This record gives sequence, structure tokens and C-alpha cells, in this order.
Amino acid sequence: MAWRDDWRRVRAIVWKDLTTEGRSKAGFNSVAALGVTILVLFGFALGPDAQALRDAAAGALWLAVLFAGVLAFNRSYQVELESGALEPLLLYPGARWTIFAGKLIANTIFVGLMLVIVVLVGIVLFQVRVPDAWPTLILVLALGAIGLVSLGTFYAAMASRSRAREVLLPLLLFPMLVPVLLAAMSASKALLSGDLMHEAPAWIRMLVAYDVIFVVAPLLAFEHVIEV
Amino acid sequence: MTAPSDLSNDLPRPGYWRWFGIFAFLFLIAAQATGLITSIPDRDMGHLQKIMYVHVPSAWIMSLTFVAVLYYSFLYLWKQRENDDLKAASAAEVGAAFCGLTLVLGMIWGRPAWGVWWAWDARLTSTLVLFLITIGYLALRAFVEDPHRRAQWSAAVGILGAINVPIVYMSVRWWRTLHQIQSNPSTVDPWYVFNLRTNAFAFLFIMIYFIRQRYVAARYERAAELAVQAAALRRN
Amino acid sequence: MTPVPRVDIAIDAQGVARRFGARWVLRGVDLQVRPGEMVGLLGANGSGKSTLLRILATLLKPSAGGATVYGHDVVKSPDDVRRHIGFLAHSPGLYDDLTARENLQFGAAMLGLDHPDLDAALERVGLAHVTHERVRGFSAGMQRRLSLARLVLANARVLLLDEPYSNLDVAGIALMNELIGESVAGGGAALVVLHELAPAAGLLDRTITIRDGRIADDDAAFLEPDALAAAGER
Repeated sequence: MAWRDDWRRVRAIVWKDLTTEGRSKAGFNSVAALGVTILVLFGFALGPDAQALRDAAAGALWLAVLFAGVLAFNRSYQVELESGALEPLLLYPGARWTIFAGKLIANTIFVGLMLVIVVLVGIVLFQVRVPDAWPTLILVLALGAIGLVSLGTFYAAMASRSRAREVLLPLLLFPMLVPVLLAAMSASKALLSGDLMHEAPAWIRMLVAYDVIFVVAPLLAFEHVIEV
Repeated sequence: MTAPSDLSNDLPRPGYWRWFGIFAFLFLIAAQATGLITSIPDRDMGHLQKIMYVHVPSAWIMSLTFVAVLYYSFLYLWKQRENDDLKAASAAEVGAAFCGLTLVLGMIWGRPAWGVWWAWDARLTSTLVLFLITIGYLALRAFVEDPHRRAQWSAAVGILGAINVPIVYMSVRWWRTLHQIQSNPSTVDPWYVFNLRTNAFAFLFIMIYFIRQRYVAARYERAAELAVQAAALRRN
Repeated sequence: MTPVPRVDIAIDAQGVARRFGARWVLRGVDLQVRPGEMVGLLGANGSGKSTLLRILATLLKPSAGGATVYGHDVVKSPDDVRRHIGFLAHSPGLYDDLTARENLQFGAAMLGLDHPDLDAALERVGLAHVTHERVRGFSAGMQRRLSLARLVLANARVLLLDEPYSNLDVAGIALMNELIGESVAGGGAALVVLHELAPAAGLLDRTITIRDGRIADDDAAFLEPDALAAAGER
């Protein structure tokens, strides 16, 4: 019965986060627009030579998703903080990790959708040729997104409730994401250019390991950082 | 939880630590001197090789401080003793210092060896990332005022950062080896290993002493904080 | 020092103290609330009454001393405590972009209720006419009523209410008293932080005044409303 209650709590939080985000005026559209804007700026920085853009496409894509995603992570706690809803949330009986799990799933959906938009725009802007191994590429995108979102959601639980939240979240998050960014960028880059050296499987294994570690560890640690 | 008075009453006393500090510094001087005198100039690098006697132990000790942060962070979450949080923070600060030292020395070695100040060498790059992770930890502590919350959050962030250390090393190394063969310092000096080991111990003693001193300073800071607040309260 | 749990007592606080930095907000409060009692908590701003309530609600941990709710320790088994209590804070803690019904739906799911009667709860607090409207447009009084509806759903045995009458009109006050009365009559208990005594005068069994983190007086006798009001202003 406890599992059913926990799962119900997780589902409730996913629904609540997605609904409130969907109904808020700013929300998804602005974050997605920001992701695209950052991609365009990268285009200016790295282009206009077509080959240079193609080489840099994977890196630019992931950074655009990261920078726009950072906004989403803080926002996911904003709703509770603005309306004082964090206390009632903490007072419902039940395990705290369900709150993290719910927010993690909601943010993954949110960032995942943004990722799709940014990728589609990126393919056009950076003149990327869609590789034969595109299903594997999708796997890399998914695994990378989970890695970003998990630590992002965890650190935002703290950053959103401290002074200088805008600088603290990136400062905490970005260095910790170096492994997942390296793996995702390298795997994406390799797949986009045909993966002649068969690098991608090794990077994908690293992504899986990273995701497992950095979903489980924050889940366990969440109750220590979410107290009022 | 702690009762009202005990935080300011038992401030740490210097005791044997003063002697340990003197010993640590003397040992360091001796180890460095031995290294400088006994090692022969390297075939390729000349005397530049001797920077390794500071650079390499510095890097080892830096990793050790992460282990200390991991240990004390876990201990804090388990026992909820404020002292463990202060020990973890002290270890992180000392770790940041050794990180910085490793980086600077690496760059100083790299300039003549590679011709550039920075070449995205795997170990140096990993050190840079770990340095940034440590800075993030210290920034978090700077931005959180409530001591209990600061301790809880630092412990979580410290644990996550520490378990990321091997992952960072691995990922950066893969990233480098897949693209370029990295140059390792090689030497024919027979005294090299011995000198490296003694200097490693020397740095270990220094690290322990530094963490201890930083911890004592943190305890005094905390006691002063509480005293100021208590005085302000009485005035009201 | 862990207090010995006595299950026939709804709220049992022994030596509860709480420090923020070096400032002791609560300096050792002993308090018992028996089932069937409604106890008022009075005191000036900053006296520690809200802090005490939050400790009992498991939102804060005591720096010293302990408390139990129906025998469950607030520090050792906070989850069990949460199953028994209903807490009403200053701010309503509602989601502005969700409708009234959706807010309750979320609350019910988090409470683990299988078949909650959300519409009945909304009807009870007089918000049936705004069931499908977003909370963003609600007045303070309506938001207070919605958080009451959430309390109704929770059906808690112990009510911990922090200035529950603020923002309520006469009808709202009557509703609040009705709900408290029902809970208390059914063997529950209520500890209510009050700013003024008039709204609760008819229901209160006794009042406790907190001053500077300690109990100033514990008057078990039922006082006249004027005397009670005068006591609260001291």
C-alpha cells in the first residue's frame, strides 16, 4: 500500500507541476524561445562557415539546452515559494523523495520538449545531416537530458530558496554536469558524423552510469535539503 | 541537539597540534630540500622536473580533501553535530587551496614543456573542474545564513561533489584520449619515486595541520557569532 | 530528554525550546492538550507562539525538549504525527493557477485519500460557486475558506491553527468554529494561536499565554470574554 501512496503522490506532483506551468503566462514558450535564441547566438559565434557549424552543432545544442534549462529548474520551485505552498506540501504525510521524483519527471518532460524544439531548429540552422543512427542519437538526447534535469532539479531546491539564486544555481550545477555534458556532446558529435571510431557506445555507457548515480543520490539526499 | 551553553564553552585548545604544525613544516622543508638536491636534472625538462615534487603531491592531497569532505558530510547528516559540518567546510577550503596550487604549478610546468599555458591536458582539466565544484560548495556556504540549513545543504552538495570526482576524471580522460595522446612527464631519475613519496607525506601532514587550523578558526568564528547575537539580545 | 508518551493526551510538549542562532525564541514550554479540548495560545508578536505551533506541526525541530502528538514523537516519527494533524498557516499556500477543485484534488491525492468528496467539501465552505475558477482571482477570505476545505478533507484529529480567524467574515468565523467544534466533539483537539479572543470565546476551554518564550499563565478556568481579551493584550 505504501508504494501505491508514494506513486500517487509522485503522479499528483507531476500533474500539478505540468498544469501550473502550462497555465502560467511565461512558462514553456519563453524557455523554448530562449533555447532557440541561444542557438542562434552560437551560430553567430561559430559560423558562418558551414563545416565549422556542423562540427560545433552538438556542443552548441547541448549548451543551449543547458542554459535555457537552468531557468526551468528554478521555476519549478517558484510556484511553491511564491504562494507559500511549500509548507502544506511538506506537511502531507509521506516520503519526501516523492516530491523530488515528481518534480524530476515533470522537469524531464518540460526540458525534453524544449530539447526537441531546439534540436529541430539546430538541424536547420547548423545544416546538420540527420545520421542513419538517429535512434541512437535520440537515446543520447534522452539520457543526457535526464542527467541535466536530475541535478538541476536537486540543486534548484536549494538555490531557489537562497540569496542570489540566479548565480548560485549555475555555479553549483555547471561544474557537476561536466561528465554528462562531455558524454552527451561527444556521443552526439560522433553519431552526427557517422561514428567511425565507434565511440558512442562507451559514452552511452557512461551516460547510463552517471544517470543512475545522479538520480539515486539526489533522491536519497532530498529529504535533507527540502526542510523548511 | 546541543544545549544552550556548550557551543561556546569547549573551544578547541592548541595542545599537541602546535608541535605537529612545527613538525609538519620542518618535514616539508626537509623533503623539498632533499628533492631539490638529490634529483638530477631531467634529460628533456632540465630542472623544471623538480616542480613535480610540489605539483604531484598537491594533486594527491587535493583528492584526499575530497574524501575528507565526503566523510565529514556523511557524518554530519548522520549525527547532526555542527563540528562535523565545520570540519567538512575546512577540508573543502584547504582542498580549494591545493587545487589552485596544482593548477598554477601545472601551468607553470606546461609553459616550457608544451609551449602553451594551457593544453586541455586530462589531469589538469579535471583539476580545474574539481576546483570549480569546490568553489560552488564554498559559494553555497557563503549565501546561506542559517547555520543548520547551511550545514544540511553543504553536506548534501559535498557528498554529491565528492562522488563526482572519479567520474570527472574518467570522463575528461576519455575525452582527451579519444582525440590526442597526452604527454606524461617521464624521467630517469632514480630518486624520483622516493622524493615523490616523502613529499607526499610532507604535504599530507601540512594538509592535516591546515584543516585543523581552519577548523579551529571556524569554531572561534562561530562562537563569536553566537556571543554577538547573545549580547544583542541582552541589550533588548 | 525524550518525554514519556501518554496516548490519552492529544498534544504533550515537555521542555520545548527553540533557538535561532543565539536567540532563544522558546525557553522550555510544557503544555498538554487533552482530547476534546480547544486551547487558545496567546502572546505578543515574537513571543514564540507560532514557533511552538510549527514545532508541534513538525515544520521545525526543537533545539531542546520534545513533544508528542497522540504518542508519536515529533522528531522521531514526524510522518506519523503528520497523519494526525491539520495545520493552518498564515498564508493559505494554494496554487494560484489551479482551480479551487484542482487544489483540493491535489491535496486529496497527497493525503492518500481514495475517494475524496471534493464537491461536498467545497459546498461545506461555501465555495461551490467558484469550483472551477482559478484561485488567482480569489479574495483573501475565499482563499482562507479553501484552505479550510483542505482541512475538512484531511479530517485531522488534532488541529493546529495559526490565527485562523484572520480574513474571515462573520459567516466564515461561524464556519471555522463549526469545524473546530465538530473535530473537538469527535474526540479531537485543537490548539489555536489567537490574536484576539472574541471569535473563539464560545469554544475555548482555556488559554495559555506565552511571553518571552515561556508560559506566562495557564488558566484552566473559563474566563469572561472581556477578561480574556484583556489578558491577551497584556
